[in-house]
Amino acid sequence: MSTVSPASANGVNRDFLFRRLHTLSGIVPVGMFLLEHLFTNATGTLGASAYNNAVNAIQHIPFLHFVEFVFIFIPLIYHGVYGLYSAYTSGYNPGQYSYARNQLFVWQRITGVVTFVFIIYHLWMTRFSGHMPNFQFVHDLVSNPFNLVFMIIGVVAATFHLSNGLWSFFVHWGITVGPRAQKVSAVVLLTMFVLLSAMGIVSLFAFLYGW
Amino acid sequence: MATVEKDLAKQATRTVRFIIERQQDATSEPYEEEFLIPWRPGMNVIAALMEIQRNPVNAKGEKTTPVSWESNCLEEVCGACTMVINGKPRQSCSALVDKFEQPIRLKPMRTFPVIRDLVVDRSRMFAALKKVKAWIPIDGTYDLGAGPRMAEADRQWAYELSKCFTCGSCVEACPNVNERQSFIGPFAISQARLFNQHPTGKMNRAERYEALLEEGGIHECGNAQNCVQVCPKGIPLTTSIAAMNRDINFFSLTKWLGH
Ligand code: HEM
Ligand code: SF4
Ligand code: FES
Repeated sequence: MSTVSPASANGVNRDFLFRRLHTLSGIVPVGMFLLEHLFTNATGTLGASAYNNAVNAIQHIPFLHFVEFVFIFIPLIYHGVYGLYSAYTSGYNPGQYSYARNQLFVWQRITGVVTFVFIIYHLWMTRFSGHMPNFQFVHDLVSNPFNLVFMIIGVVAATFHLSNGLWSFFVHWGITVGPRAQKVSAVVLLTMFVLLSAMGIVSLFAFLYGW
Repeated sequence: MATVEKDLAKQATRTVRFIIERQQDATSEPYEEEFLIPWRPGMNVIAALMEIQRNPVNAKGEKTTPVSWESNCLEEVCGACTMVINGKPRQSCSALVDKFEQPIRLKPMRTFPVIRDLVVDRSRMFAALKKVKAWIPIDGTYDLGAGPRMAEADRQWAYELSKCFTCGSCVEACPNVNERQSFIGPFAISQARLFNQHPTGKMNRAERYEALLEEGGIHECGNAQNCVQVCPKGIPLTTSIAAMNRDINFFSLTKWLGH
């Protein structure tokens, strides 16, 4: 059994800093990147050329590799690895305490781990596959039923994790304080989850059927 | 029949079934033991435990050791009798047997070290209160005089927080209080908020923030929010935690910028 420990000897609130960087990185920049990514992919519903143009625009961001590395990879790896650690140190008791918020707490961690696995596979199939991303490439990708199902799971997990994570972020930063504010933000953000995941799934089918 | 007579008639025939998770001492293995207790009108869980103490015979009719538990006030103000009843932490003194589904399962709060049967050691809670300085320092070498007044509007919500009786229900229900991390517990954050809000207590608020920034501090809260559901006093623990998150983030940021 753990007891309350005395002041950490090696200084300045390391755990506090790591935890706060974890919640912050979930939104800025990782969450913002996820939104950007979902909207870029949604251009697939406007046809192949719309998507190819959107991808092309991204390819022309100056210092792309640097931007990608510093603003996406590093924060994502930090959030993901610390998230795995956080999911490991959390306890799980939804059987005994089946309150909605406790269930969502568990799902936040499950979707984090699913998203982690998904991102690795996803990067390996796309970013590090040696292909230039374009409509045709994504079409071929999602034409494999295994990939399609896995992509749908990834989209649902990631959008849930972002939406419910944003709810938790608002509490961790003392933005939604009282029960009513927290309830309203839960309703708004779970609606956001439904809309974002629907958008992601529709985009995948747009690539599949090439509309 | 009058109610009293009805009750007497029932009393002769009815029993209450208890399944109690027992443990000989701090290090031995837990085991379950079943008891059939004669029903009495309005009986609480403590009354049943007293009956076992008086006549320590289990459901199989074997003589056994009486079940150990703690209680004190018998009116839900001391917290000593808290245990897990049918899966939820609550005070056994205010737990009326008729309100529970049978068999009634009693377990100790395993988030704390179990001493024997239903008796647990809640020392970590008192250590936590010391750590966050959950008091108002008014001692001096001379008369410090009257402190500043408290606004009535603040007094009202502070009173709600002051109802905490360190029962441990919130600590038991919190998934983030476990062997893998050292979270101080929801009540301690709420108590720090209570004393930070007091006009005299406010003078030491930085010390309370510092305490909650250390290992096992406020950042270990993962917002599962079981605490606010199980608190027998209806203390708005999650509001306290969010309010303290706001204060402590601001405090640590301004402290860092000021260095
Ligand atoms: C698409 C990528 C991801 C996004 C947009 C994202 C976003 C977020 C956000 C916004 C939060 C809420 C922070 C808070 O509670 O204040 C969060 C929490 C969390 N994330 Fe992620 N995350 C992502 C990937 C991951 C991955 C790969 C893991 C690995 C397991 C993970 C694990 C966690 C955990 C465990 C929490 C809960 C932290 C807590 O409440 O203490 N996340 N995430
Ligand atoms: S906050 Fe409520 S549940 Fe927690 S110790 Fe105090 S009275 Fe018990
Ligand atoms: S005996 Fe004091 S709360 Fe039950």
